[in-house]
Amino acid sequence: MSLRIVVCVKYVPDATGDRHFAEDLTVDRDDVDGLLSELDEYAVEQALQIKEASDDDAEITVLTVGPEDANDALRKALSMGADKAVHVEDDDLHGTDALGTSLVLAKAIEKTGYDLVVCGMASTDGTMGVLPALLAERLGVPQVTQLSEVSVADGKVTGRRDGDTASEQLEAALPAVVSVTDQSGEARYPSFKGIMAAKKKPVESLDLDDLDIDADEVGLEGAWTKVEDAAERPARTAGTIVTDEGEGAKQLAEFLAGQKFI
Amino acid sequence: MAEVLVYVDHVDGAVRKPTLELLTLARRIGEPVAVHLGAGADTAAPVLAEHGAVKVLTADAPEFAEYLVAPKVDALQAAYDAVSPAAVLLPSSAEGKEIGARLAVRIGSGIITDAVDLEAGDEGPVATQSVFAASFTTKSRVSKGTPVITVKPNSAAPEAAPAAGTVEQLAVTIAESSKGTKIVSRTPRESTGRPELTEAAIVVSGGRGVNGAENFPVIEALADSLGAAVGASRAAVDAGWYPHTNQVGQTGKSVSPQLYIAAGISGAIQHRAGMQTSKTIVAINKDSEAPIFDLVDYGVVGDLFDVVPALTEEVKSRKG
Repeated sequence: MSLRIVVCVKYVPDATGDRHFAEDLTVDRDDVDGLLSELDEYAVEQALQIKEASDDDAEITVLTVGPEDANDALRKALSMGADKAVHVEDDDLHGTDALGTSLVLAKAIEKTGYDLVVCGMASTDGTMGVLPALLAERLGVPQVTQLSEVSVADGKVTGRRDGDTASEQLEAALPAVVSVTDQSGEARYPSFKGIMAAKKKPVESLDLDDLDIDADEVGLEGAWTKVEDAAERPARTAGTIVTDEGEGAKQLAEFLAGQKFI
Repeated sequence: MAEVLVYVDHVDGAVRKPTLELLTLARRIGEPVAVHLGAGADTAAPVLAEHGAVKVLTADAPEFAEYLVAPKVDALQAAYDAVSPAAVLLPSSAEGKEIGARLAVRIGSGIITDAVDLEAGDEGPVATQSVFAASFTTKSRVSKGTPVITVKPNSAAPEAAPAAGTVEQLAVTIAESSKGTKIVSRTPRESTGRPELTEAAIVVSGGRGVNGAENFPVIEALADSLGAAVGASRAAVDAGWYPHTNQVGQTGKSVSPQLYIAAGISGAIQHRAGMQTSKTIVAINKDSEAPIFDLVDYGVVGDLFDVVPALTEEVKSRKG
């Protein structure tokens, strides 16, 4: 096996559902359906394309940290074409923050073995976008992040990073951590064959003991950050709505002038 | 008073507005010490001093431009070691978050990203965040180590507060391991002359209703009359009508301007996630049932091709 790819994915509450906090101020996962974070689908897709373009044998392991339901995210990635999965599941992980998650993922990635780690640019729930950088720091390998284009050849990863002020062409030797944006290319839909095949693919289950991580390094108690308060934003008071019958622009201009925007 | 490190975002010494906002917020929790990496420190220092920096730590090395992120982490860590600050603040740009994240691992600290407000608390700075597509507001703090916090643009109005701004050279050793990701080439984005999307006080966005790249000048003309940035919904970007760098939404940029004008945008949850914290929201849409109207302070049900050009003329004539 010459190219070992690990794709980190997250099971997130559906953004179109009614998302809430639980009493302990962690994300309430019981009252809303979960799914594979949309931005991680792009990571799975790019891993598949890298594998398809590779001259070597390549193997894709999809990795997640999360409760039992997170298995759904792994199955989705397997049905898209990933080869096997690793699920880190442990009751003590409840409430783990980004620093803690990066610790768990880094240990699991090292245990699995890797040449390339592929992540989405951010999760669609926390939206921090820091995990790929945290992983690169913990693993001590280059970060090649926020890529809209990526390719792997001759032991190197190259890609394009579109920033606010410039577009950069990046290059790093493997092993490396990559993250891809939603501009990297539409993710494929699982085929019926893929869905059937996924049922037979191996899913390895790991807990904190398997990774030599103490429970007090993770979870709500071990978190590096603490949410002290979460309040639902008050609904906006109903605004003024007018129908344009020739005067719409004038009326709107009056409003903007009243608010001192013009 | 405790010192607070502020990472300076700049282009060759031209300090970008979010950094001035950071300095303003930093003063609430301590004495700001600015960290300026790369060329242009002479240009930047007076501006940083004017906004409250008691000290400006500077370092320049070719590695900052030749390799991605990691050399800057080495430099910020050197500043951290030199100062022992009460907190480290960075702008919530892609790079700011990545530098902050890596520093947090190195110094064993927690990180909070995308703060929209910051205040002093009994147990350290308390950051306000807007989460779940802005449907919740949370208050959080870092509970281990020195707080590393990234702050979104437009979270505070920059205030002048002249301070010494003493410039000091920072000794930085860049590790071999920080030279892993080479920047092979860099193509600067062509300037449109309009304000930066995430920093703009006013944003005018177009969506599916704009119905083609050839019609976006209608949106641009209104933006220009107001001195605004131009945004686009995912639908408009995916259709190839406007560049992805201008996309407002969950997978694009999150904006929080004083005024947000949405033209021909229905207001799908993914778009709302990126603009819902705007102070004043205006929508123009043919469909009176569009969900965007649930958010607006002022809405016009009408054809954007009638309303937007007429509004542009109104703005121009009122501004004289």
